[in-house]
Amino acid sequence: MEFKTLVFFFLAAILVFASLRVVTLRNPVHAALNLVLAFFSASGLWVLLQAEFLAIALILVYVGAVMVLFLFVVMLLDINLDRLREGFWSYLPLGAIVALLIVAEMSLVLYARFSSVQESVAGQADASFSNAKAVGRLLFTDYVYPFELASVVLLVGVVAAVALTLRGKRKSKAVSPSEQVFVKAADRVRIVKMAAESSQDEPAGPAV
Amino acid sequence: MLTLSHYLILSAILFAIGVVGIFLNRKNLIVLLMSIELILLAVNTNFIAFSHYLDDLAGQVFVFFILTVAAAESAIGLAILVVLFRNLKTIHVDDLDSLKG
Repeated sequence: MEFKTLVFFFLAAILVFASLRVVTLRNPVHAALNLVLAFFSASGLWVLLQAEFLAIALILVYVGAVMVLFLFVVMLLDINLDRLREGFWSYLPLGAIVALLIVAEMSLVLYARFSSVQESVAGQADASFSNAKAVGRLLFTDYVYPFELASVVLLVGVVAAVALTLRGKRKSKAVSPSEQVFVKAADRVRIVKMAAESSQDEPAGPAV
Repeated sequence: MLTLSHYLILSAILFAIGVVGIFLNRKNLIVLLMSIELILLAVNTNFIAFSHYLDDLAGQVFVFFILTVAAAESAIGLAILVVLFRNLKTIHVDDLDSLKG
């Protein structure tokens, strides 16, 4: 067996094992840590497919940012674990049957169709080939407009997350039209009657 | 020799595990979000496998965009989760019935 095939099966076994643990473990913290393991093995598989830039990006973006966010939220919330597991065992037989059916059908279709597709010799990159450079060149030429849209998506995500979780008094000066139309003049201006004062006994000039 | 179908079947297994995760953990919003991440990982692996075997880098660019959208999605999802927990003191799916759906 070729070394590459060996590495593939090793990483694939870890990936399947870790993702099974993600969906079956009782404690969400352990599930999140197993998801980190799954991401690491998936990024190894992506390196096998010569997608080095995306493999690193998966680790940096997912393990570094998204999974840490998951862990923060899981530990922040006080969760009743027993109630969350309600119905787990009653759904298990049906879920397992559906999963086996999906895998069996997809394997039948995919194995017959794509097992003859080999890696092309021309596509084998030599050591000086830079995947990041190639992807970057494509990203900043043909896909520059979608790339800018992606940055807008991230900006919307940032603003939405902050706006959702912002606590305390809102400091915005926005007006409320429904309250504004009900205001009467008497609510805003108060006319006070008072006796006129003479300025004779005071020196001229503004009062202190 | 590794063929394209190796990667595609692995992705199919991963996808099925994600779908079953949504089945089994219907009461647990956090594990639901994690199952969605698994499904997206399967899709991304498919894209990269096709991109490598068909010699077309456009697949990898697409994975880049999926990663971007998925990161924004999970950030907003977790923010909604935090707000829900702050208001209701629970994230049990059965308690989230304010809309009477």
